[in-house]
Amino acid sequence: MNDNINDKNTNTLTTRDQMNVVVIGHVDHGKSTVIGRLLADTDSLPEGKLAQVKANCKKNSKPFEYAFLLDALKDEQAQGITIDSARCFFKSQKREYIIIDAPGHIEFLKNMVSGAARAEAALLCIDAKEGVQENSRRHGYLLSMLGVRSVAICVNKMDLVDYDKTVFDNIVTEYAEFLKAINLEPKFYIPASAREGDNIVTNSAAMSWYTGPTVLEAFDSFEKEAPVTDKPFRFPVQDIYKFTADGDDRRIIAGRIETGTIKVGDEVIFLPSEKTSTIASIEGFNLTSQQTAIAGQSTGFTLDTQIYINPGELMCKVADVQPNMSTKIRANILWLGRHPMIKSKRYKIKLAGSRMPVWLRSVNTVLDASDLTTSSYAEQVERHDVAECILETLKPAAFDLATQIQQTGRFVIVDNYEIAGGGLILGSVEDKTDRITEHVNQRQKSWDRSKLTQGLRSGQYDQRSALVLVTGPADSGKSDLAKDLEAYLFNKGRYVYYLGISNTLHGIDADINDASLRDEYLRRLGEVAHLFTDAGLILITTASDLDDYELEMIKTLNSPNECVVVNIGENRFSKTVPDMQIDSIKNSDVAINEICELLKAKKYLIEYYV
Amino acid sequence: MDQLDVLESQGIYILREAYREFKQLVMLWSIGKDSTVLLWLARKAFFGHVPIPLMHIDTSYKVPAMIEYRDKLALDWKLNMIYGQNTQALEDKQTFPDGNATRIQCCQNLKTKALKNTLSGAWPRWILDHEAGKYVRHTDTEPYTGVIVGVRADEEGSRSKERYFSPRGEQNDWDVGDQPPELWNQFKTDFAPGTHLRIHPLLDWTELNIWEYIQRENIPIIDLYFDKGTGKRYRSLGCYPCTSPVDSTSTNVAEIIEELRSGKFSNIAERSGREQDKEDCNGLETLRRDGYM
Repeated sequence: MNDNINDKNTNTLTTRDQMNVVVIGHVDHGKSTVIGRLLADTDSLPEGKLAQVKANCKKNSKPFEYAFLLDALKDEQAQGITIDSARCFFKSQKREYIIIDAPGHIEFLKNMVSGAARAEAALLCIDAKEGVQENSRRHGYLLSMLGVRSVAICVNKMDLVDYDKTVFDNIVTEYAEFLKAINLEPKFYIPASAREGDNIVTNSAAMSWYTGPTVLEAFDSFEKEAPVTDKPFRFPVQDIYKFTADGDDRRIIAGRIETGTIKVGDEVIFLPSEKTSTIASIEGFNLTSQQTAIAGQSTGFTLDTQIYINPGELMCKVADVQPNMSTKIRANILWLGRHPMIKSKRYKIKLAGSRMPVWLRSVNTVLDASDLTTSSYAEQVERHDVAECILETLKPAAFDLATQIQQTGRFVIVDNYEIAGGGLILGSVEDKTDRITEHVNQRQKSWDRSKLTQGLRSGQYDQRSALVLVTGPADSGKSDLAKDLEAYLFNKGRYVYYLGISNTLHGIDADINDASLRDEYLRRLGEVAHLFTDAGLILITTASDLDDYELEMIKTLNSPNECVVVNIGENRFSKTVPDMQIDSIKNSDVAINEICELLKAKKYLIEYYV
Repeated sequence: MDQLDVLESQGIYILREAYREFKQLVMLWSIGKDSTVLLWLARKAFFGHVPIPLMHIDTSYKVPAMIEYRDKLALDWKLNMIYGQNTQALEDKQTFPDGNATRIQCCQNLKTKALKNTLSGAWPRWILDHEAGKYVRHTDTEPYTGVIVGVRADEEGSRSKERYFSPRGEQNDWDVGDQPPELWNQFKTDFAPGTHLRIHPLLDWTELNIWEYIQRENIPIIDLYFDKGTGKRYRSLGCYPCTSPVDSTSTNVAEIIEELRSGKFSNIAERSGREQDKEDCNGLETLRRDGYM
């Protein structure tokens, strides 16, 4: 084939675009029929499909309906309703479309939401005869909440009301008033009859009083949202790769750029660890070398310096406006779970690249999306509620406000394996208290104290109790050192105990076997440490790769007793300055000696000089 | 970014999410164009490496050229290549070509059952030993909990309802009416013991997108898709007793694209050459609810 022709093909390729459009509305208001008609009248059906569906109808002795083209699954044909969001593909003169047929039945709201969350534009169908119904309003609200801005309203089944302009006008007036209250302004209201083909692809002779666009023309007039290159750079770190096969020594920070642009040489900061570095290269496969990368691209970077960061951090440019960082988030949450969202239960939040434990701290207001009434006295969030809540995480989350940067301003909540809710962030909350501190305050208040005070114990033992926490990367020799330290102190007559990690894992942690519950393992470690230190002992234990916030939690749980942090090997804390840093253990006697000097200096080991 | 860039970026994003979240992850490679594009996306996602094992279900009725192509690419690209097979059904001749099963029963035996049991580790897995250049019994029998599949929503009705991350029950069953919500590229990556997730990075791609991408990236695709002088070629690859070649003189990728855009196939369903789809009203859906790809 001639090269020029090839070039031409490539050119037509780059100018074409694709748009996801969701079709929604109350159950039985004709969504699937609208789509079936759209496909049929644009000649977009594959030859096999129409014949196959017609043959199936004949076999089952029922009249053919356009909706059957989409409701391709058995359950749906039997019940005549759409259960899940189906996608279908068609082309207009202007562009390609993926049409998402979302179910109208309340029971399948999560499927409707999944369909709408994927969409760039929406067509909301209202039955001319039935008028505005509960889910017409709820779906309208959810479109507004999910951030779909290109919206057309199709008043369908106009044939059932004799194509009466008054009926249409009344529905438009009623619905426009509702949408105004939620700040959603549709681009068009279109009177149509999908069954008869009026105003779907071709204009309607029966409604000459309507001069606006057909449904297809409305779609074509929607503008495609461009990648967001004009906002601050946000790059959720998906993973850090070091594939060593074939001598590859690149350490690549992988992810997708959500907003903004970046170039080689830019200074970057990772949040929440607040570590900084500089972009050394932009990596790719089967690509010519890149100096810049922009929003929308799944890409990877190498850095100038070797810093220790985790998947889930948010990489930003030092020069840009920084995101918020907080452990308290105020958000609008749409709850879809089978069980209500309650306080005191541990959930998981997935926000950009991060996954963290999260708790519902309070419910400010609950909205009924079908009539916009609110209530302020809820203690929990029920299924299908939209609620303004305060959430609390253990470690600060890095995020933006949804109104400013949508991509890093929204999240989902996981309840016991299932995504049970979605939320948009309204702001962070200034609140000095946190769950762990509140818990420890409560615990100390309720503590059943014996007749032996800390003073009596330390007088008797010649020591003040402390948690000696040996931190550092895995395999840095922490537990060997900890055991040697225990033996040394013991031989000097001290009251000391070494707590091995596997002793807790197979002891008090035996009921949990899930690495994602790391915070729970650490919580229990903190509580156990507190018991030992309360007994007046020096407790020595180890923990790998603690970050600042995890360390803080253990210290809080061990309080009011004290903690000494000895870090072995690379110091991966970003803010914490360990009480002692040992780069590598060359001679354990020297290391133990240094630690003992520290314990003496801090008056944990009390010595009497004669 | 043009449409292919957007699709590629989303595919890579999904692959990386899967790789991040699933320890026992596998990618199904049928040798066809879609899963070969998927394999290419993996090389893109992981910067030239493929850190995920590939699995092929060998029905023994595949065109021999497919197996040759599979093994050549596996060696060239240093792939961690695994295959599984329902050897019992083949020995017992419980197949359509042997006359002892309908087309759908045959698919259930040679594909669905083989797939389920190879995924769970109940049946032997065979892995390519790159040094010896042959397959040996795989020692890993842990169940796979993340299974990456190259299905596209435009292929047929039931596939159009899939999520990007779609749960399967303990029996590999798919509850279409009760799927998890999928919001803003946050996928279901948590799963109960005994269940697994099917992961679909190519869900939004059309057949035409696949060919355009093959052209753009110059992906080495198996030549059964091209006419080699007989006036026939395969449009969709399956087992030879149930997959007919189509009449077409396209000899290269550019000609196939032209044929799909404006030529004779612009209006004919891709799977029209697959006979098992026609046996029941919803043949493929019946198969898929039970664990088929």
